[in-house]
Amino acid sequence: MAGRIKIRAQKKGELTEVKALMRHPMETGMRKDQAGESIPAHFIIEVAVLHGDQTVMQAHWGAAVSANPFLGVRFQGGQSGDAVRVVWTDNQGGTGEGETTIR
Amino acid sequence: MMVPRWWLLLLMVVPALADEGIFDQYRDLMGDDNPAIFVIDEGEEFWVQSQGPSAVTLEACDLGLGAGVTRGAYAQFPRYFADTDRVMDIETRLLYCMETLQGRDREVIAAKPYSLRGDFGTELEALVTWLAAESEGMTIAPEQAHPKERAMYAMGEEIFFYRAGPHDFSCATCHEQSNKRIRLQQLPNLTEHTEVAEAYGSWPAYRMSQGLVRTMGWRLQDCFRQQRWPGLTFGSEVSIALQTYMAVNAAGGVMTAPGLKR
Amino acid sequence: MRATLRRITLVVWIGVAPVALSEDLASVIHASFSDSGQATLLRLEQDPLQQRCSQSRDEPVDDKIAMALRQERLNAVVFPEDGNFLGDWQRGAAVAASGRGLQSNDDPSIANGGNCYACHQLAPTEVAYGTLGPPLTQYGLRGQSDAMLRYTWTKLWDTHAFNLCSHMPRFGAQKILTEQQLKDVMAFLLDPNSSVNQPTEGSSSAH
Repeated sequence: MAGRIKIRAQKKGELTEVKALMRHPMETGMRKDQAGESIPAHFIIEVAVLHGDQTVMQAHWGAAVSANPFLGVRFQGGQSGDAVRVVWTDNQGGTGEGETTIR
Repeated sequence: MMVPRWWLLLLMVVPALADEGIFDQYRDLMGDDNPAIFVIDEGEEFWVQSQGPSAVTLEACDLGLGAGVTRGAYAQFPRYFADTDRVMDIETRLLYCMETLQGRDREVIAAKPYSLRGDFGTELEALVTWLAAESEGMTIAPEQAHPKERAMYAMGEEIFFYRAGPHDFSCATCHEQSNKRIRLQQLPNLTEHTEVAEAYGSWPAYRMSQGLVRTMGWRLQDCFRQQRWPGLTFGSEVSIALQTYMAVNAAGGVMTAPGLKR
Repeated sequence: MRATLRRITLVVWIGVAPVALSEDLASVIHASFSDSGQATLLRLEQDPLQQRCSQSRDEPVDDKIAMALRQERLNAVVFPEDGNFLGDWQRGAAVAASGRGLQSNDDPSIANGGNCYACHQLAPTEVAYGTLGPPLTQYGLRGQSDAMLRYTWTKLWDTHAFNLCSHMPRFGAQKILTEQQLKDVMAFLLDPNSSVNQPTEGSSSAH
């Protein structure tokens, strides 16, 4: 299940609006399970939005971001039909990626 | 275009202010950004997915408007179904279709209908979200022609005022007055048409504090937990009765779901 | 002739006697819930007060019955055995701020809170307060006469002694809070040093 990203990208005048929903538990590492054991920290640490080869947004995330993060980004440029990708890496070395074309 | 920094300040100030207008401003800033849009897609995928021993999709499921008709169906729930001879809400009806069309085990689905914290959303939550979107903008019009439907409304009203548990809480304790809030959470008056229409019509909703889309069935379970009552059984008569009570009080209003809530 | 008349009257009476909706309702409710953590099905059994208030939609129906019920609740109030009504206001503030306790997911070994801020404004510096109940800011202005101490205690113990079918929980009668916690909440309300009784912005000092 980790690794799923749903993306939409749409032209809005001069801008391209990207919305993405990432499926990730974003565990802070502070919670304990029923048995009283700490649930290990598991969260996205880097996320990037790419338009073709160009990185239009890059962010460092941490435990403060909630589960199943929703990301909204607007960037200059982009044309209908262009490829937009969202990629992430988490603290356990896991990765996720998703791709769409601008509408 | 840089997001103007002043709205970040707004986010920091939001928890400190009791003014309800601030939350409306925050929602306006989100614009039409509702994470539920993706859950709608997931729901539609589940609808056309072959599952169960029968290996069929849900596309022949009758939600009250004929087999496979999904547009406008959610807005007419809860309703009586002749094939089960009972009033059903959208969730119990979906379960019925999963069981009878797809041959799936209802107990397994009913054992975990809703996500737990950190989950990715259940199939049922996604389907309900998609079906609600299929009724978006339509008039809330639960069926009340059948005697069992009317009896369900009457029972819902009785339950609404039923005080029990160590805190003596009923639904009415929090939801029969206008312009009240619990801590900073505004409370809709579910006995008053305009307010219950707005409340009922905005579920299911993406709940920001949950990171998930939540259904009305889930909302009722969580209410009873906070009322210090025991656990509301999924798909129970009480759940359907209360949904009927709210839907009928809301009749004539507009479905705006899936909504966006704190 | 008389015997026939009696038989007919009996039949007519049974025919028009309303089916007790509350019996059917209670069993439907019971069947729709299950034990969950510390919240068991026993909680669904209504006591006479809950029954009356449910049936009358929280309006006392008959004045005589209402007065009798109120008196009964008043008689049942348990005052502190040592005669001391006031505890520690800072502990009371913590009780007022805590919304946990008695829910199915709450740990029963941890003390219950009063969750007072859910419904009431209390300390003027706390803006996250509810409006289901009247504001209690500067409650301490009322002073600490014996009558005021007994009145306030009674409100907390069982508010129905004064306001039948009120929406406020019975913190003493239903054993939500312990006697010590109630004393601490009393202090939170009545101690002049309590944060509840500090002046609000722009107003002069209370005393």
